Amino acid sequence: MKKTWVLMAVLSLLSGPLYGADLSLNGFLQANYSYSVTRSNPDGGDLKWAEERLQLRLDLSGEALRLFSKTDLYYDHIQEEADPEFRELYLDYTAEVFDLRAGRQVITWGLGDLLFINDVFPKDYEAFFSGRPLEYLKKGVDGLKVGIYPGPVSMEVVVIPFFEPSNFPDARRFWLYDPMPMVAEREEEEPSSSIDNTELAVRVYGDLAGFDTSLYLYRGFFRQPSMMPRSPSGVTLFYPELSVYGVSLQGRAFDGILSLEAGYYDSRQDRDGSDPVVPNSQTRFLVGYQRQLREDLTAAVQYYAEYMHRYGAYEGHLPAGLPKDRRLSQLVSLRLTQLLMHQTLRLSFFSFWSPSEGDYLINPEVRYSFTDSVWAAAGAVIFGGGEAWSRFGQLDEDDNLYIQLRYEF
Amino acid sequence: MVYNPLQRKQIEEVKMSRFAVVLLVMLLPLQASAVTAKDIMKRSQAAFLYPGRDFKARVVMKLIDKSGRERIRELTMLRKNYGAPGGEQKYFIYFFRPADVKGMTFMVYKYPEKDDDRWLYVPAIDMVRRIAARDKRSSFVGSDFTYEDISGRDIEDDNHELLREEPLDGRDCFVIRSTPKGEDGDYLYRLSWIEKGSFLPLKEEYYDLKGQLHRVFTADEVKEIEGFPTVTERTMRNVRSGHRTEVRFVTVDYDIGIKDSLFSERFLRRPPKKWIR
Repeated sequence: MKKTWVLMAVLSLLSGPLYGADLSLNGFLQANYSYSVTRSNPDGGDLKWAEERLQLRLDLSGEALRLFSKTDLYYDHIQEEADPEFRELYLDYTAEVFDLRAGRQVITWGLGDLLFINDVFPKDYEAFFSGRPLEYLKKGVDGLKVGIYPGPVSMEVVVIPFFEPSNFPDARRFWLYDPMPMVAEREEEEPSSSIDNTELAVRVYGDLAGFDTSLYLYRGFFRQPSMMPRSPSGVTLFYPELSVYGVSLQGRAFDGILSLEAGYYDSRQDRDGSDPVVPNSQTRFLVGYQRQLREDLTAAVQYYAEYMHRYGAYEGHLPAGLPKDRRLSQLVSLRLTQLLMHQTLRLSFFSFWSPSEGDYLINPEVRYSFTDSVWAAAGAVIFGGGEAWSRFGQLDEDDNLYIQLRYEF
Repeated sequence: MVYNPLQRKQIEEVKMSRFAVVLLVMLLPLQASAVTAKDIMKRSQAAFLYPGRDFKARVVMKLIDKSGRERIRELTMLRKNYGAPGGEQKYFIYFFRPADVKGMTFMVYKYPEKDDDRWLYVPAIDMVRRIAARDKRSSFVGSDFTYEDISGRDIEDDNHELLREEPLDGRDCFVIRSTPKGEDGDYLYRLSWIEKGSFLPLKEEYYDLKGQLHRVFTADEVKEIEGFPTVTERTMRNVRSGHRTEVRFVTVDYDIGIKDSLFSERFLRRPPKKWIR
């Protein structure tokens, strides 16, 4: 929170030159509820999510400078508390061959649909699993992004001095697999803000024979914590060092859009794979294909896999009693989207299924725009299959029905 | 087989006359309609979809259902031509309304003989995506206009035939029937009333595969802007559903010097204020 106020103060000083720029104020009022249908939550409640929310988007645009803020105010019925949430707050500077964006910002890289290889920025998986609107899957980072556009090849460099982890389902509301249920003392240790810990992400991109091609490089940390035993009764949750080297291509092929993406996850603290606490290095890859079947009906399929390197070392050092990951973990997704009634009614179906683990996630949704400013969506998130510790299998008892209502202005 | 010189002569005469008929059939429509009809459509395409080196318009679309309920789409459209009329074009579209798509940008590279490249930028999650664009006959943002209605259809995709010349609301027009050559169309043919002076289409009727009138386009207001006759108000009416879309160009500018670099991921993510305003 302190960080945010500092940021705000800096940005408001910088906004002096924006005097006289165009001002626009937009936003929405939203109600969003999600109800557990298989079983009450671990804390006894039945709601996975229940809130009303006001979002204000302020845009102050000059010719070269632009100030943007996206602030949410919400009332959470589960925690019974109201809070502001500074989702984005940044200053843009645009010059002929480069631009800058400083502040809290959402960055999306890579080609996956709900699958992330080179999008190394923080996510909120709890939001997705609780039936919140898709934009809440992405979390902002506090940093600086520089875009450089010298010619046919462009470049983005992101510097993040403040680490932001991804958000995972809350154990009070979600039934989750816990490898150490007896351990009550959990201490979280985030990478401190220092020059050494400053994250760096680079994307170089351009057109290659009609394909949008990107090369990626990241040096930072895993955003999912690892558990390290601290004492017989306590563990430390920490974020191991990670580098990612990746590539992606997207273009027209076979009467549709073909996407290819791959990344090498270099687990810098466990390169030989012998540390059971730190994830092994992996190669992740994705093949996606999207096609319009007929007017307003689109189908998209993805195949995604994570291949674990040094598997022998992993197997050899895995403590007894802990579930063993597969060498090759696979996931297949299908998305169908049908628009009806002049694109005011949207029926969508999304599913993940793992051929290796056997678990699945299903997310059907109906969304209707009553007017240009009012829409509602209702859907379900259903989990199951696999083992008690697999990605979606552990959420077997967390099926929920959700509703989203929004008035946009 | 008995040789009969008379018979042979008769056969040759028949062959000759058949040849002549075939020749006539081939030549007649070519001379009288096909070449000129295609020529008219080419000039119409140039006048309607390719005027200027580039173009910018602030566009308000009203989607009106048969009970009169309106939905508004407001956008800025920028277009730049590459090569002669009928050739490649690039489009850049920025949405102002409705509120849930404000700030979205959409980019199309249109090629005459292959599928478009289309990209969409979703600001809420800072995401650029390619969009599958196989079907140019799909509705544009839910309106009665298709992508093809907005960016045009290849002249070579249809056979064009000049049916007649007649006045429409006091303006002299060519009436042309265009019939899709392939199976790709969702209509049997369309009739176009092309004004003789400006070569703008003043009216188009689309007949569905059963030959029933399906959609009607009308140019409701034509103004000369910076030397280019421009359809500033138009309507596409779906006769079957009673739904219609009225489009008004609030502002129009030609030859404003749009740079090639505008049509890039950089500006899709950060649309320059001076171009979208």
